[in-house]
Amino acid sequence: MPLLQRLPIRRSLLLKLLSALLVFGAWEIAGRVPVSYAFPTFFESMSALWTLAIEGTLFSAYYDTLKPLVIGIAISAFIGIAVGLWIGLSSWFDWLFSPIFIVMQAAPLAALIPLLVMIYGIGLTSKVFVVCIMAMPVIVLNTAGAVRNTPTNLVEMGQSFLANRVEVITKIIIPAASPVIFSGLRLGVSAGFIGAILAELKITPTGVGDIISYSRSVADYPSMYAAIFSIILLAVLFLNLLERIEVTLFEGNDRGYASD
Amino acid sequence: MAMPQIKPVESGAPEIAVSAKNISKNYGDVEALKDLTLEFPKGQLTSLLGPSGCGKTTLLKIIAGLLEPTSGIVEVNGKAVTGPGPDRAFVFQDFALLPWASVLRNVAFGLELRGVGKSEREDIAAKYIKDVGLGGFEGSFPHELSGGMRQRVGLARALSVDAEVLLMDEPFSAVDEQTRRKFQEDLLSLVQNENKTFIFVTHSIEEAVYVSDQIAILLPRPSRVSDIIRPSDLRTKDVDNIRRDPEYLDTVDRIWALLRTYVE
Repeated sequence: MPLLQRLPIRRSLLLKLLSALLVFGAWEIAGRVPVSYAFPTFFESMSALWTLAIEGTLFSAYYDTLKPLVIGIAISAFIGIAVGLWIGLSSWFDWLFSPIFIVMQAAPLAALIPLLVMIYGIGLTSKVFVVCIMAMPVIVLNTAGAVRNTPTNLVEMGQSFLANRVEVITKIIIPAASPVIFSGLRLGVSAGFIGAILAELKITPTGVGDIISYSRSVADYPSMYAAIFSIILLAVLFLNLLERIEVTLFEGNDRGYASD
Repeated sequence: MAMPQIKPVESGAPEIAVSAKNISKNYGDVEALKDLTLEFPKGQLTSLLGPSGCGKTTLLKIIAGLLEPTSGIVEVNGKAVTGPGPDRAFVFQDFALLPWASVLRNVAFGLELRGVGKSEREDIAAKYIKDVGLGGFEGSFPHELSGGMRQRVGLARALSVDAEVLLMDEPFSAVDEQTRRKFQEDLLSLVQNENKTFIFVTHSIEEAVYVSDQIAILLPRPSRVSDIIRPSDLRTKDVDNIRRDPEYLDTVDRIWALLRTYVE
Protein backbone atom coordinates (compact mmCIF):
# COMPACT_ATOMS: atom_id res chain seq x y z
CA MET A 1 0.00 0.00 0.00
CA PRO A 2 2.66 2.63 0.89
CA LEU A 3 4.54 1.72 -2.28
CA LEU A 4 1.40 2.08 -4.39
CA GLN A 5 0.73 5.45 -2.85
CA ARG A 6 4.23 6.70 -3.31
CA LEU A 7 4.67 5.59 -6.90
CA PRO A 8 2.42 8.20 -8.55
CA ILE A 9 4.15 10.94 -6.54
CA ARG A 10 7.53 9.76 -7.77
CA ARG A 11 6.26 9.56 -11.30
CA SER A 12 4.83 13.07 -11.17
CA LEU A 13 8.11 14.36 -9.78
CA LEU A 14 9.93 12.57 -12.56
CA LEU A 15 7.65 14.11 -15.17
CA LYS A 16 8.14 17.56 -13.68
CA LEU A 17 11.91 17.12 -13.88
CA LEU A 18 11.58 15.88 -17.44
CA SER A 19 9.49 18.89 -18.40
CA ALA A 20 12.09 21.22 -16.86
CA LEU A 21 14.83 19.32 -18.70
CA LEU A 22 13.00 19.77 -22.02
CA VAL A 23 12.58 23.51 -21.55
CA PHE A 24 16.17 24.07 -20.39
CA GLY A 25 17.47 21.81 -23.15
CA ALA A 26 15.56 23.78 -25.77
CA TRP A 27 16.89 26.97 -24.22
CA GLU A 28 20.48 25.66 -24.32
CA ILE A 29 20.15 24.58 -27.97
CA ALA A 30 18.49 27.86 -28.98
CA GLY A 31 21.32 29.74 -27.26
CA ARG A 32 23.97 27.67 -29.03
CA VAL A 33 22.45 28.03 -32.53
CA PRO A 34 22.11 31.05 -31.70
CA VAL A 35 18.65 32.42 -32.48
CA SER A 36 19.92 35.90 -31.71
CA TYR A 37 23.24 37.28 -30.47
CA ALA A 38 21.23 38.70 -27.58
CA PHE A 39 20.08 35.23 -26.48
CA PRO A 40 22.50 33.48 -24.12
CA THR A 41 22.55 29.74 -23.49
CA PHE A 42 21.02 28.20 -20.38
CA PHE A 43 24.40 27.49 -18.80
CA GLU A 44 25.71 30.99 -19.48
CA SER A 45 22.61 32.38 -17.77
CA MET A 46 22.97 30.03 -14.83
CA SER A 47 26.60 30.95 -14.29
CA ALA A 48 25.61 34.62 -14.49
CA LEU A 49 22.98 33.90 -11.86
CA TRP A 50 25.64 32.24 -9.69
CA THR A 51 27.88 35.28 -10.04
CA LEU A 52 25.04 37.65 -9.17
CA ALA A 53 24.27 35.53 -6.13
CA ILE A 54 27.89 35.36 -4.96
CA GLU A 55 28.44 39.10 -5.41
CA GLY A 56 25.32 39.66 -3.35
CA THR A 57 23.78 41.86 -6.04
CA LEU A 58 20.91 39.47 -6.41
CA PHE A 59 19.96 39.54 -2.75
CA SER A 60 20.08 43.29 -2.33
CA ALA A 61 18.08 43.55 -5.56
CA TYR A 62 15.44 41.22 -4.19
CA TYR A 63 15.30 43.17 -0.99
CA ASP A 64 14.28 46.19 -3.07
CA THR A 65 11.88 44.28 -5.29
CA LEU A 66 10.18 42.31 -2.57
CA LYS A 67 9.41 45.38 -0.51
CA PRO A 68 6.68 46.80 -2.78
CA LEU A 69 5.68 43.28 -3.80
CA VAL A 70 5.11 41.97 -0.27
CA ILE A 71 3.44 45.17 0.94
CA GLY A 72 1.27 45.35 -2.18
CA ILE A 73 0.22 41.72 -2.03
CA ALA A 74 -0.48 41.89 1.69
CA ILE A 75 -2.68 44.95 1.18
CA SER A 76 -4.39 43.40 -1.85
CA ALA A 77 -5.04 40.11 -0.09
CA PHE A 78 -6.34 41.71 3.08
CA ILE A 79 -8.49 44.44 1.53
CA GLY A 80 -9.31 42.33 -1.52
CA ILE A 81 -10.74 39.42 0.44
CA ALA A 82 -12.61 41.74 2.81
CA VAL A 83 -14.15 43.78 -0.02
CA GLY A 84 -14.85 40.60 -1.98
CA LEU A 85 -16.69 39.09 0.99
CA TRP A 86 -18.70 42.25 1.37
CA ILE A 87 -19.59 42.37 -2.33
CA GLY A 88 -20.54 38.70 -2.28
CA LEU A 89 -22.75 39.08 0.78
CA SER A 90 -24.63 42.21 -0.19
CA SER A 91 -26.14 42.87 -3.59
CA TRP A 92 -26.09 46.55 -2.74
CA PHE A 93 -22.31 46.53 -2.43
CA ASP A 94 -22.13 44.41 -5.51
CA TRP A 95 -23.76 47.16 -7.56
CA LEU A 96 -21.62 49.81 -5.93
CA PHE A 97 -18.16 48.25 -6.10
CA SER A 98 -18.05 45.46 -8.68
CA PRO A 99 -17.83 47.88 -11.66
CA ILE A 100 -14.77 49.55 -10.15
CA PHE A 101 -12.85 46.29 -9.96
CA ILE A 102 -14.02 45.10 -13.36
CA VAL A 103 -12.74 48.36 -14.86
CA MET A 104 -9.49 48.02 -12.87
CA GLN A 105 -9.02 44.53 -14.24
CA ALA A 106 -9.63 45.61 -17.80
CA ALA A 107 -7.57 48.82 -17.68
CA PRO A 108 -4.19 48.80 -19.42
CA LEU A 109 -2.00 49.42 -16.41
CA ALA A 110 1.04 50.84 -18.20
CA ALA A 111 -1.11 53.76 -19.29
CA LEU A 112 -1.93 54.59 -15.67
CA ILE A 113 1.67 54.59 -14.44
CA PRO A 114 2.44 58.21 -15.47
CA LEU A 115 -0.65 59.29 -13.57
CA LEU A 116 0.46 57.39 -10.45
CA VAL A 117 3.93 58.91 -10.69
CA MET A 118 2.44 62.38 -10.96
CA ILE A 119 0.39 61.83 -7.81
CA TYR A 120 2.66 59.68 -5.65
CA GLY A 121 6.10 60.37 -7.07
CA ILE A 122 8.67 57.74 -7.98
CA GLY A 123 9.05 56.15 -4.55
CA LEU A 124 7.75 53.06 -2.85
CA THR A 125 4.12 54.29 -2.74
CA SER A 126 3.74 54.31 -6.51
CA LYS A 127 5.23 50.84 -6.81
CA VAL A 128 2.97 49.45 -4.10
CA PHE A 129 0.06 51.00 -5.97
CA VAL A 130 1.05 49.29 -9.21
CA VAL A 131 1.22 45.92 -7.43
CA CYS A 132 -2.18 46.55 -5.83
CA ILE A 133 -3.86 47.60 -9.06
CA MET A 134 -2.57 44.42 -10.67
CA ALA A 135 -3.34 42.04 -7.82
CA MET A 136 -6.48 43.33 -6.20
CA PRO A 137 -9.23 43.09 -8.86
CA VAL A 138 -8.85 39.37 -9.45
CA ILE A 139 -8.77 38.69 -5.69
CA VAL A 140 -11.89 40.79 -5.11
CA LEU A 141 -13.84 39.36 -8.03
CA ASN A 142 -12.95 35.75 -7.26
CA THR A 143 -13.82 36.14 -3.59
CA ALA A 144 -17.13 37.82 -4.40
CA GLY A 145 -18.05 35.15 -6.93
CA ALA A 146 -17.14 32.33 -4.56
CA VAL A 147 -19.17 33.84 -1.72
CA ARG A 148 -22.16 34.34 -3.99
CA ASN A 149 -21.97 30.70 -5.05
CA THR A 150 -21.89 29.17 -1.57
CA PRO A 151 -24.15 26.10 -1.73
CA THR A 152 -27.48 27.25 -0.29
CA ASN A 153 -28.05 23.89 1.36
CA LEU A 154 -24.99 24.39 3.58
CA VAL A 155 -26.18 27.85 4.62
CA GLU A 156 -29.64 26.46 5.37
CA MET A 157 -28.07 23.65 7.35
CA GLY A 158 -26.16 26.19 9.43
CA GLN A 159 -29.28 28.25 10.04
CA SER A 160 -31.35 25.24 11.01
CA PHE A 161 -28.70 24.27 13.56
CA LEU A 162 -28.91 27.78 15.02
CA ALA A 163 -25.86 29.45 13.49
CA ASN A 164 -26.01 33.22 13.71
CA ARG A 165 -24.97 35.42 10.77
CA VAL A 166 -21.33 35.65 11.88
CA GLU A 167 -21.07 31.86 12.32
CA VAL A 168 -22.65 31.28 8.92
CA ILE A 169 -19.97 33.52 7.40
CA THR A 170 -16.97 32.20 9.34
CA LYS A 171 -17.88 28.52 9.60
CA ILE A 172 -19.65 27.94 6.30
CA ILE A 173 -19.32 30.67 3.68
CA ILE A 174 -15.58 31.36 4.04
CA PRO A 175 -14.43 27.71 4.15
CA ALA A 176 -16.78 26.86 1.28
CA ALA A 177 -15.43 29.76 -0.75
CA SER A 178 -11.82 29.11 0.16
CA PRO A 179 -10.79 27.10 -2.95
CA VAL A 180 -11.91 29.91 -5.25
CA ILE A 181 -10.57 32.59 -2.91
CA PHE A 182 -7.21 30.83 -2.97
CA SER A 183 -7.24 30.51 -6.73
CA GLY A 184 -7.95 34.25 -6.88
CA LEU A 185 -5.07 34.78 -4.47
CA ARG A 186 -2.77 32.76 -6.71
CA LEU A 187 -3.80 34.75 -9.78
CA GLY A 188 -3.44 37.93 -7.74
CA VAL A 189 0.05 37.00 -6.59
CA SER A 190 1.23 36.26 -10.11
CA ALA A 191 -0.30 39.53 -11.30
CA GLY A 192 1.45 41.22 -8.37
CA PHE A 193 4.82 39.85 -9.54
CA ILE A 194 4.15 41.32 -12.99
CA GLY A 195 3.20 44.60 -11.35
CA ALA A 196 6.35 44.73 -9.22
CA ILE A 197 8.66 44.18 -12.19
CA LEU A 198 6.63 46.52 -14.39
CA ALA A 199 6.92 49.22 -11.74
CA GLU A 200 10.70 48.79 -11.63
CA LEU A 201 10.99 48.93 -15.37
CA LYS A 202 8.57 51.86 -15.87
CA ILE A 203 8.96 54.07 -12.79
CA THR A 204 12.52 53.91 -11.45
CA PRO A 205 14.90 51.06 -12.08
CA THR A 206 15.54 49.42 -8.71
CA GLY A 207 15.93 45.85 -7.57
CA VAL A 208 15.53 43.07 -10.11
CA GLY A 209 14.12 45.52 -12.66
CA ASP A 210 17.40 47.43 -12.34
CA ILE A 211 19.48 44.30 -13.02
CA ILE A 212 17.34 43.60 -16.08
CA SER A 213 17.49 47.08 -17.57
CA TYR A 214 21.13 47.71 -16.59
CA SER A 215 22.46 44.43 -18.00
CA ARG A 216 20.44 45.05 -21.13
CA SER A 217 22.00 48.51 -21.56
CA VAL A 218 25.55 47.11 -21.21
CA ALA A 219 24.69 44.07 -23.36
CA ASP A 220 25.31 41.62 -20.47
CA TYR A 221 22.55 39.36 -21.69
CA PRO A 222 23.32 36.33 -19.49
CA SER A 223 22.79 38.50 -16.38
CA MET A 224 19.57 39.89 -17.83
CA TYR A 225 18.19 36.42 -18.45
CA ALA A 226 19.46 35.24 -15.07
CA ALA A 227 17.43 37.98 -13.40
CA ILE A 228 14.32 37.14 -15.41
CA PHE A 229 14.78 33.45 -14.66
CA SER A 230 15.15 34.08 -10.94
CA ILE A 231 11.95 36.11 -10.69
CA ILE A 232 9.99 33.41 -12.52
CA LEU A 233 11.45 30.79 -10.21
CA LEU A 234 10.51 32.83 -7.15
CA ALA A 235 6.95 33.32 -8.42
CA VAL A 236 6.53 29.58 -9.02
CA LEU A 237 7.89 28.70 -5.58
CA PHE A 238 5.61 31.22 -3.94
CA LEU A 239 2.54 29.91 -5.74
CA ASN A 240 3.42 26.37 -4.68
CA LEU A 241 3.72 27.52 -1.08
CA LEU A 242 0.26 29.08 -1.31
CA GLU A 243 -1.17 25.84 -2.60
CA ARG A 244 0.39 23.91 0.29
CA ILE A 245 -1.13 26.33 2.79
CA GLU A 246 -4.55 25.88 1.22
CA VAL A 247 -4.35 22.08 1.29
CA THR A 248 -3.38 21.99 4.96
CA LEU A 249 -6.03 24.54 5.94
CA PHE A 250 -9.02 22.92 4.21
CA GLU A 251 -8.31 19.26 3.83
CA GLY A 252 -11.52 17.89 2.31
CA ASN A 253 -12.14 20.86 0.05
CA ASP A 254 -10.00 19.86 -2.90
CA ARG A 255 -11.98 16.67 -3.25
CA GLY A 256 -15.32 18.12 -4.16
CA TYR A 257 -18.60 18.52 -2.37
CA ALA A 258 -20.17 15.56 -0.64
CA SER A 259 -23.39 16.03 -2.54
CA ASP A 260 -21.70 15.86 -5.96
CA MET B 1 -37.98 -6.68 16.33
CA ALA B 2 -41.37 -8.21 16.81
CA MET B 3 -42.10 -6.26 19.95
CA PRO B 4 -45.53 -4.66 19.90
CA GLN B 5 -45.25 -0.93 20.30
CA ILE B 6 -46.15 0.75 23.49
CA LYS B 7 -47.70 4.07 22.62
CA PRO B 8 -48.35 5.99 25.83
CA VAL B 9 -51.51 7.67 24.58
CA GLU B 10 -53.26 5.04 22.54
CA SER B 11 -56.62 5.93 23.94
CA GLY B 12 -58.08 9.36 23.32
CA ALA B 13 -56.40 12.17 21.42
CA PRO B 14 -52.59 12.01 21.51
CA GLU B 15 -50.66 15.04 22.64
CA ILE B 16 -49.82 17.42 19.81
CA ALA B 17 -46.13 18.32 19.41
CA VAL B 18 -46.32 20.52 16.34
CA SER B 19 -49.29 22.20 14.81
CA ALA B 20 -49.47 24.21 11.63
CA LYS B 21 -52.40 26.60 11.62
CA ASN B 22 -53.82 28.19 8.47
CA ILE B 23 -50.44 28.33 6.75
CA SER B 24 -50.30 30.15 3.43
CA LYS B 25 -47.17 30.78 1.45
CA ASN B 26 -47.02 32.82 -1.72
CA TYR B 27 -44.06 33.26 -4.03
CA GLY B 28 -45.10 36.39 -5.89
CA ASP B 29 -48.37 35.44 -7.55
CA VAL B 30 -47.85 31.72 -7.06
CA GLU B 31 -49.66 30.19 -4.12
CA ALA B 32 -47.43 27.38 -2.84
CA LEU B 33 -49.52 26.65 0.23
CA LYS B 34 -53.05 27.80 0.94
CA ASP B 35 -54.68 27.84 4.34
CA LEU B 36 -53.10 24.58 5.40
CA THR B 37 -53.83 23.23 8.86
CA LEU B 38 -52.21 20.08 10.18
CA GLU B 39 -51.32 18.58 13.55
CA PHE B 40 -48.38 16.34 14.36
CA PRO B 41 -48.87 14.01 17.34
CA LYS B 42 -46.02 13.72 19.83
CA GLY B 43 -43.78 10.67 19.61
CA GLN B 44 -45.14 9.67 16.23
CA LEU B 45 -43.96 9.82 12.66
CA THR B 46 -46.06 11.89 10.30
CA SER B 47 -45.35 11.73 6.59
CA LEU B 48 -46.05 14.54 4.19
CA LEU B 49 -46.81 12.78 0.95
CA GLY B 50 -47.71 14.20 -2.40
CA PRO B 51 -46.66 14.71 -5.99
CA SER B 52 -43.74 17.03 -6.69
CA GLY B 53 -44.66 20.69 -6.51
CA CYS B 54 -47.24 20.13 -3.81
CA GLY B 55 -45.31 22.22 -1.29
CA LYS B 56 -44.32 19.48 1.14
CA THR B 57 -40.73 20.70 1.41
CA THR B 58 -42.00 24.29 1.71
CA LEU B 59 -44.17 23.25 4.64
CA LEU B 60 -41.26 21.42 6.27
CA LYS B 61 -39.00 24.46 5.90
CA ILE B 62 -41.70 26.68 7.40
CA ILE B 63 -41.91 24.33 10.38
CA ALA B 64 -38.10 24.42 10.60
CA GLY B 65 -38.20 28.20 10.67
CA LEU B 66 -36.09 28.45 7.52
CA LEU B 67 -38.97 30.02 5.58
CA GLU B 68 -41.53 32.48 6.80
CA PRO B 69 -45.17 31.77 5.98
CA THR B 70 -47.11 34.56 4.26
CA SER B 71 -49.81 34.03 6.85
CA GLY B 72 -50.63 31.54 9.58
CA ILE B 73 -48.49 30.22 12.42
CA VAL B 74 -46.62 27.08 13.39
CA GLU B 75 -46.56 26.10 17.04
CA VAL B 76 -44.09 23.70 18.61
CA ASN B 77 -45.26 22.59 22.05
CA GLY B 78 -47.63 25.51 22.07
CA LYS B 79 -44.98 28.11 21.30
CA ALA B 80 -45.11 30.01 18.00
CA VAL B 81 -42.16 29.46 15.65
CA THR B 82 -40.29 32.60 14.68
CA GLY B 83 -37.14 30.98 13.32
CA PRO B 84 -34.98 27.87 13.74
CA GLY B 85 -34.96 26.66 17.33
CA PRO B 86 -33.25 24.10 19.57
CA ASP B 87 -36.45 22.03 19.66
CA ARG B 88 -36.14 21.08 15.98
CA ALA B 89 -33.38 19.37 13.97
CA PHE B 90 -33.25 18.95 10.21
CA VAL B 91 -32.10 16.05 8.04
CA PHE B 92 -31.41 17.20 4.49
CA GLN B 93 -32.17 15.46 1.25
CA ASP B 94 -28.69 16.18 -0.12
CA PHE B 95 -27.03 15.55 3.28
CA ALA B 96 -25.59 19.12 3.55
CA LEU B 97 -22.31 17.95 5.07
CA LEU B 98 -19.29 20.23 5.32
CA PRO B 99 -16.84 18.75 2.80
CA TRP B 100 -13.81 20.18 4.63
CA ALA B 101 -14.77 18.68 7.98
CA SER B 102 -14.35 15.13 9.27
CA VAL B 103 -17.33 12.94 10.13
CA LEU B 104 -16.73 13.75 13.80
CA ARG B 105 -16.80 17.50 13.25
CA ASN B 106 -19.81 17.25 10.94
CA VAL B 107 -21.80 15.31 13.52
CA ALA B 108 -20.68 17.66 16.30
CA PHE B 109 -21.41 20.75 14.18
CA GLY B 110 -24.89 21.33 15.61
CA LEU B 111 -23.46 21.17 19.13
CA GLU B 112 -20.54 23.38 18.11
CA LEU B 113 -23.05 26.04 17.02
CA ARG B 114 -24.80 25.67 20.37
CA GLY B 115 -21.57 26.50 22.15
CA VAL B 116 -20.93 23.04 23.63
CA GLY B 117 -17.26 22.59 24.55
CA LYS B 118 -15.02 20.63 22.21
CA SER B 119 -14.38 17.51 24.26
CA GLU B 120 -17.99 17.25 25.42
CA ARG B 121 -19.47 17.63 21.95
CA GLU B 122 -17.01 15.17 20.48
CA ASP B 123 -17.98 12.60 23.10
CA ILE B 124 -21.65 13.05 22.27
CA ALA B 125 -20.95 12.95 18.53
CA ALA B 126 -18.86 9.78 18.88
CA LYS B 127 -21.75 8.07 20.65
CA TYR B 128 -24.22 8.92 17.87
CA ILE B 129 -21.71 7.99 15.17
CA LYS B 130 -21.61 4.54 16.77
CA ASP B 131 -25.40 4.47 17.08
CA VAL B 132 -25.92 5.05 13.37
CA GLY B 133 -23.36 2.36 12.60
CA LEU B 134 -20.43 4.49 11.51
CA GLY B 135 -18.02 3.61 14.33
CA GLY B 136 -14.46 3.78 13.00
CA PHE B 137 -15.24 6.45 10.41
CA GLU B 138 -14.91 9.43 12.79
CA GLY B 139 -11.83 10.74 10.99
CA SER B 140 -13.11 10.19 7.45
CA PHE B 141 -14.19 12.99 5.17
CA PRO B 142 -17.61 13.05 3.49
CA HIS B 143 -16.16 12.42 0.02
CA GLU B 144 -14.73 9.14 1.28
CA LEU B 145 -18.19 7.83 2.23
CA SER B 146 -21.01 6.34 0.17
CA GLY B 147 -24.34 8.15 -0.17
CA GLY B 148 -25.94 6.00 2.49
CA MET B 149 -23.12 6.58 4.93
CA ARG B 150 -23.28 10.33 4.30
CA GLN B 151 -26.95 10.35 5.21
CA ARG B 152 -26.12 8.42 8.38
CA VAL B 153 -23.77 11.29 9.23
CA GLY B 154 -26.63 13.74 8.58
CA LEU B 155 -28.89 11.68 10.81
CA ALA B 156 -26.29 11.47 13.60
CA ARG B 157 -25.86 15.25 13.43
CA ALA B 158 -29.61 15.75 13.83
CA LEU B 159 -29.84 13.22 16.68
CA SER B 160 -26.86 14.60 18.58
CA VAL B 161 -28.52 17.97 19.27
CA ASP B 162 -31.31 16.02 20.98
CA ALA B 163 -34.20 18.03 19.57
CA GLU B 164 -37.75 16.91 20.26
CA VAL B 165 -38.80 17.21 16.65
CA LEU B 166 -36.88 15.69 13.76
CA LEU B 167 -37.61 17.16 10.35
CA MET B 168 -36.60 14.92 7.49
CA ASP B 169 -36.71 16.19 3.91
CA GLU B 170 -36.79 13.17 1.60
CA PRO B 171 -33.81 11.81 3.51
CA PHE B 172 -33.58 8.52 1.63
CA SER B 173 -34.22 9.71 -1.90
CA ALA B 174 -30.54 10.13 -2.72
CA VAL B 175 -29.45 6.65 -1.60
CA ASP B 176 -29.75 3.33 -3.40
CA GLU B 177 -32.75 1.04 -2.98
CA GLN B 178 -31.14 -1.53 -0.66
CA THR B 179 -29.73 1.15 1.62
CA ARG B 180 -33.11 2.83 1.56
CA ARG B 181 -34.86 -0.28 2.84
CA LYS B 182 -32.33 -0.64 5.64
CA PHE B 183 -32.85 3.01 6.52
CA GLN B 184 -36.61 2.56 6.66
CA GLU B 185 -36.24 -0.34 9.08
CA ASP B 186 -33.80 1.67 11.19
CA LEU B 187 -36.20 4.59 11.15
CA LEU B 188 -38.99 2.41 12.56
CA SER B 189 -36.88 1.36 15.52
CA LEU B 190 -35.71 4.95 15.95
CA VAL B 191 -39.31 6.15 16.23
CA GLN B 192 -39.95 3.36 18.70
CA ASN B 193 -36.91 3.93 20.88
CA GLU B 194 -36.42 7.70 20.82
CA ASN B 195 -39.27 9.68 22.24
CA LYS B 196 -39.20 12.16 19.38
CA THR B 197 -41.69 13.53 16.93
CA PHE B 198 -40.77 12.85 13.31
CA ILE B 199 -41.98 14.83 10.34
CA PHE B 200 -40.98 13.05 7.20
CA VAL B 201 -41.31 14.33 3.63
CA THR B 202 -41.44 11.72 0.93
CA HIS B 203 -42.80 11.19 -2.55
CA SER B 204 -42.83 7.41 -2.19
CA ILE B 205 -46.23 5.96 -1.27
CA GLU B 206 -44.73 2.64 -0.16
CA GLU B 207 -42.17 4.37 2.03
CA ALA B 208 -44.83 6.54 3.66
CA VAL B 209 -47.09 3.59 4.42
CA TYR B 210 -44.17 1.53 5.69
CA VAL B 211 -42.82 4.04 8.20
CA SER B 212 -45.68 6.34 9.20
CA ASP B 213 -48.09 6.57 12.11
CA GLN B 214 -49.94 9.24 10.18
CA ILE B 215 -49.80 10.17 6.50
CA ALA B 216 -50.91 13.61 5.34
CA ILE B 217 -51.69 13.57 1.64
CA LEU B 218 -50.97 16.95 0.10
CA LEU B 219 -52.47 17.90 -3.23
CA PRO B 220 -50.97 20.63 -5.36
CA ARG B 221 -51.91 23.99 -6.84
CA PRO B 222 -52.47 25.40 -4.32
CA SER B 223 -51.32 22.93 -1.76
CA ARG B 224 -53.75 21.66 0.83
CA VAL B 225 -54.20 18.56 2.97
CA SER B 226 -56.59 16.30 1.13
CA ASP B 227 -56.58 13.30 3.46
CA ILE B 228 -55.04 12.03 6.64
CA ILE B 229 -54.45 8.30 6.74
CA ARG B 230 -53.43 6.38 9.84
CA PRO B 231 -52.16 2.90 9.09
CA SER B 232 -52.33 2.28 12.81
CA ASP B 233 -52.57 -1.52 12.80
CA LEU B 234 -49.38 -1.80 10.80
CA ARG B 235 -47.37 -0.30 13.62
CA THR B 236 -47.99 -3.27 15.85
CA LYS B 237 -46.83 -5.77 13.24
CA ASP B 238 -43.44 -7.34 12.76
CA VAL B 239 -41.34 -5.14 10.45
CA ASP B 240 -40.43 -8.15 8.31
CA ASN B 241 -44.08 -8.79 7.46
CA ILE B 242 -45.35 -5.27 6.87
CA ARG B 243 -44.86 -5.34 3.12
CA ARG B 244 -46.96 -8.53 2.84
CA ASP B 245 -49.73 -7.28 5.05
CA PRO B 246 -53.13 -6.77 3.39
CA GLU B 247 -53.57 -3.47 5.22
CA TYR B 248 -50.25 -2.26 3.83
CA LEU B 249 -51.24 -3.17 0.28
CA ASP B 250 -54.73 -1.70 0.63
CA THR B 251 -53.41 1.56 2.03
CA VAL B 252 -50.87 1.88 -0.78
CA ASP B 253 -53.66 1.32 -3.31
CA ARG B 254 -55.96 3.78 -1.63
CA ILE B 255 -53.32 6.51 -1.65
CA TRP B 256 -52.47 5.85 -5.27
CA ALA B 257 -56.17 6.16 -6.17
CA LEU B 258 -56.19 9.57 -4.48
CA LEU B 259 -53.04 10.78 -6.18
CA ARG B 260 -53.24 9.35 -9.68
CA THR B 261 -55.43 12.13 -11.06
CA TYR B 262 -52.78 14.65 -10.08
CA VAL B 263 -49.95 12.97 -11.92
CA GLU B 264 -49.76 14.17 -15.46
